[in-house]
Amino acid sequence: MIEGLAAVYIFLLAGFTGFEIISRVPVILHTPLMSGSNFVHGIVLVGAMIALGIAETTSQQVIGFIAVLLAAGNAVGGYVVTERMLEMFKTTGKTDNKGAHK
Amino acid sequence: MELIIQFSYLLAAVLFILGLKQMSSPVTARRGIHWAGAGMVLATLVTFAAEEITGNEQAATNVMLIIIAIALGGGYAWYTGKRVAMTDMPQMIAMYNGMGGGAAAAIAAVELLKAQAAVEAGTASSMAGYLGADVAILAILGAIIGTIAFSGSIIAWAKLDGRLNTSKLLPQQQLINLVLAVVLVGLAISVYMTGSLNLIIAFFVLALVLGIFITVPVGGADMPVIISLFNALTGLAVAFEGYVLGNAAMIIAGTVVGSAGTLLTHLMAKAMNRSVASVFFSGFGTGPAAAASADVDGTQKEVQAQDVGIMMAYATQVIVIPGYGMAVAQAQHKIWELTQLLTEKGVKVKFAIHPVAGRMPGHMNVLLAEAGVPYDMIYDMEDINADFPNTTVTLVIGANDVVNPAAKKDPSSPLYGMPTLNAEASQNVIVIKRGRGTGFSGVENPLFVADNTRMLFGDGQKVANQLIQAVKEL
Repeated sequence: MIEGLAAVYIFLLAGFTGFEIISRVPVILHTPLMSGSNFVHGIVLVGAMIALGIAETTSQQVIGFIAVLLAAGNAVGGYVVTERMLEMFKTTGKTDNKGAHK
Repeated sequence: MELIIQFSYLLAAVLFILGLKQMSSPVTARRGIHWAGAGMVLATLVTFAAEEITGNEQAATNVMLIIIAIALGGGYAWYTGKRVAMTDMPQMIAMYNGMGGGAAAAIAAVELLKAQAAVEAGTASSMAGYLGADVAILAILGAIIGTIAFSGSIIAWAKLDGRLNTSKLLPQQQLINLVLAVVLVGLAISVYMTGSLNLIIAFFVLALVLGIFITVPVGGADMPVIISLFNALTGLAVAFEGYVLGNAAMIIAGTVVGSAGTLLTHLMAKAMNRSVASVFFSGFGTGPAAAASADVDGTQKEVQAQDVGIMMAYATQVIVIPGYGMAVAQAQHKIWELTQLLTEKGVKVKFAIHPVAGRMPGHMNVLLAEAGVPYDMIYDMEDINADFPNTTVTLVIGANDVVNPAAKKDPSSPLYGMPTLNAEASQNVIVIKRGRGTGFSGVENPLFVADNTRMLFGDGQKVANQLIQAVKEL
């Protein structure tokens, strides 16, 4: 469990990390990166699963079910579109899909 | 087991951060999304073993419900994500983002309902007594942010997808929104104090309405900024609900997205010469300012594709300025074919991308990449603007506002102050356009009547085809 001051530390450090990641990004990657960060908050799926897991009444189960449904959409959709966009970046020299090269 | 789960969450968070870091360079970007994806799969799988899910009587039912929900939500998103056209990417991102915000809000709703049930049964004196003051406050905050991001993103999706074309809802919208926001804060406080079921319902309904009211007046050109902002807000909501559930992966990933998204929103707004506040408080291109812009004198001079083909084939350098119109006409593949033909003839071809070309920064690069254009032929505005005077032909296809010289010269223009591409400085400018109308913002463009500009009217794809034929025949 993470409580109180420990959580504040995490908030701060993670906040700086996010800032640092984006600060030197070429404009061409803004859309894929927004999509990628959209995928990353798909981690809400984990929370949604727990919310449905601890649900006791029917109404709680219904809302928990909606939470998992939406969260899964966020995670899967975010992954698929980001991957599709990034798949297309390549240089003149190499037009195959070997991926990383300088 | 608990230790393995916690360690897996930490590992997932590290994979997310490293993945995002790699996504910030075109060379490693693909590996980045794979790493982040691995983190997500790991976190999801270990959660099935979590004490909260396995350790109670309804475990069997709830686990089954979880699997069904993942299959349905994930299946829907997989199907739509694979099928969506590259031009429609921005609204799809908005949609998935909205789902994430909605999920965060729903988590908060479950927590609040559990607390409410405890208060009603008399086992807890108040919301704070059941959840703890810090948890209760963050749950409610996350609920507000998540719900607004949810309904706002759905509206953004509907507007970009052409399903919702109105920007006006009520008179004095800003004032009404302000009042609603104050009422919402009041409701949030009373939910915290009393834990009444009716108040919780009213609270969520009002947050939904506020998200809609905030987004409807936003002008089409500003949509990317709003989507990016909602993306950051969803991240924050996820982080708050992560604290509520004591989940490190959610706190770290949510906060990283929250801060990265905030900076990204700021960068996008800056690229469009807009402040984030003005995006909210003035509908760009929807107000009277656009209609009142100075009239442009002069006539547009037409040219035939044949002549343009000859001009380009004997040019030393050609710069292509693509806009959203090119993508709508699906002309990017033809333009790439044309580029290859010209390159064979020894012409140097470059692509100039304005920061807001397409529907959001970087969108045009994605569209060109889809057509096969290598990213080292693509130049940002700052890198290419000095190169226009050395250019024989600048081919503007489907772009308008980003090449409007009035943005530099005419203080009365609504675009005034926005950095633009110096197309007018090149020796010849060819503008491919469907008709004589104005652009996305509704502002007249003096470039179209300039002495060195010729207009090539017609559908982007057809015209590109004619150009290819013209170059081939030489």
